Amino acid sequence: MLDKKGNIELKDVSKVYPNGVVGLKDVNLTIGHGEFVMIVGLSGSGKSTLLRAINRLHDVTEGAILIDGQDITKASGDKLHKIRRSAAMIFQNYNLVKTSSVYRNVMSGRVGYYPAWQAAFGLFKKEDQEMAAANLARVNLLDKYYVKARDLSGGQQQRVGIARALMQEPSVILADEPVSGLDPKTTKVVMNDLKKLNEEDGMTIILNVHSIGLALKYASRIVGLKEGQIIYDKPIAEVDKRDFKEIYREAGDDHATATDEAEED
Amino acid sequence: MNKSIPKRPFMKEWHVTGFTVFLLLFIAVVLSAQATQVGQDFSMEQFADLWIKMANPDWSYLPRVLTPLAQTVQMAIVGTLIGGIAAIPFAFLAASNIVRNAFVRGIIRFVMNLIRSIPQMLLAALFVAVVGIGTLSGVLALAVFSFGMMFKLLYEAIETVDQGPIEAMRAAGGKRSQVIVFAVIPQVLNQYLSFFLYTLEINVRASAVLGYLGAGGIGLYLNTTLDTFRYDQTSVVILAILVVIVLVDALSNKLREALS
Ligand SMILES: Nc1ncnc2c1ncn2[C@@H]1O[C@H](COP(=O)(O)OP(=O)(O)OP(=O)(O)O)[C@@H](O)[C@H]1O
Ligand SMILES: [Mg+2]
Repeated sequence: MLDKKGNIELKDVSKVYPNGVVGLKDVNLTIGHGEFVMIVGLSGSGKSTLLRAINRLHDVTEGAILIDGQDITKASGDKLHKIRRSAAMIFQNYNLVKTSSVYRNVMSGRVGYYPAWQAAFGLFKKEDQEMAAANLARVNLLDKYYVKARDLSGGQQQRVGIARALMQEPSVILADEPVSGLDPKTTKVVMNDLKKLNEEDGMTIILNVHSIGLALKYASRIVGLKEGQIIYDKPIAEVDKRDFKEIYREAGDDHATATDEAEED
Repeated sequence: MNKSIPKRPFMKEWHVTGFTVFLLLFIAVVLSAQATQVGQDFSMEQFADLWIKMANPDWSYLPRVLTPLAQTVQMAIVGTLIGGIAAIPFAFLAASNIVRNAFVRGIIRFVMNLIRSIPQMLLAALFVAVVGIGTLSGVLALAVFSFGMMFKLLYEAIETVDQGPIEAMRAAGGKRSQVIVFAVIPQVLNQYLSFFLYTLEINVRASAVLGYLGAGGIGLYLNTTLDTFRYDQTSVVILAILVVIVLVDALSNKLREALS
């Protein structure tokens, strides 16, 4: 991709949930084309809240979120759909329709390019059908074309999720703990798929993880969250393994326990 | 280590709760039977006569009931179809994961609850009074009943679908109609068909009786044979109804199994 798309800018973003819980607090973050950003932090630190806000799966309370210059927090209707289309999401639970075929699941990632009712009857353009096959081939699952999603393993389902995301022809991929339910070998396959998209297609990738090992291996930049605030943000070259102690330290932890936990991963 | 199964407490061991409830129910039945004077004019001879005649069915009557029998099944199918299809848009409008506006949902649910609270037989009587005697009244009564029933089953199914795919479709830039088509309908389609068959089963039974109220179908013959004391013909009618119901149930069960 020559046009340098996939730039994200969060300006003074705060999110308070209706029940009063603070999800994000004064977050300022600029992520450029082609970065592979891993977001780390304790459970409940706001990683999912951040990712879901970028795609506007929920609204923020304050601030602006620009995707390639367009503010998604203020967009509505067609404009909102188009911005969402450019930022594909990959989920921890894969979020496939279990009773639908792999093909139909992948194809559904393309709906953003169709008027409301045309896609409803499965009237997808020929080139889009070919694109679905190509994307399935990319994640090595072309042979599962007609298989129902529920008959696939977790790793296969996640790769179908990636193929579906690719149908959006996104410039950004948002992945919320995409490998949490997978074994080490499958994790590697999925992570390498994402790395390829980052390096070969120039997609910006923002990924939530719980594993320090993965963050160190794949990220080009690591962002640490704590209680909804960014407390750490460094390019991978400057990251020191000991930095994680601070990110993962909870109120009341003494230094020793925090260190042990951080090094276990 | 104590390896024996723990002893059940006294209350459970002797099913105390169950027995008490049973006893109370039994007393309630006896008392209410006395209060409403059930069986006051009971005549043993008439009762015996009915059974003897019914035990010797007049099979020559069978060809005459076949057409109304078929009509009964047709009424059930048409009624279920009309009600079942009409229920779809309302079920979506009443589901909280599709329509955010609680006011809209509340109104729809309230009206639907009203409709569902009208007993089927009363519906039939109403339509006979308004539209007149005939199959149309029966079909309309069944349609309204199916409408209420399918609405409730379907909207509950919609509300309990997996939210994940819905979120995925929204995140992909899908419009509301696309979210419904790609994430919701595939999840409820089989359930919907299963509800349809179930409602149809109920409607076949109901429509057999509807004719009794003048709403078309086999029920009319039940009425005439009873009025003329031709119990030997009544038993043919009843047996024919039974066979149809058993067949429809069996077919429906087979299909529903295949769906799940
Ligand atoms: N829908 C919600 N309503 C109210 N509070 C919420 C909601 N979702 C999340 N929260 C709260 O917001 C905070 C941040 O949650 P979030 O899910 O973003 O954390 P996370 O970093 O993704 O955690 P995990 O690693 O466990 O996934 C938590 O305190 C959580 O309890
Ligand atoms: Mg999370």
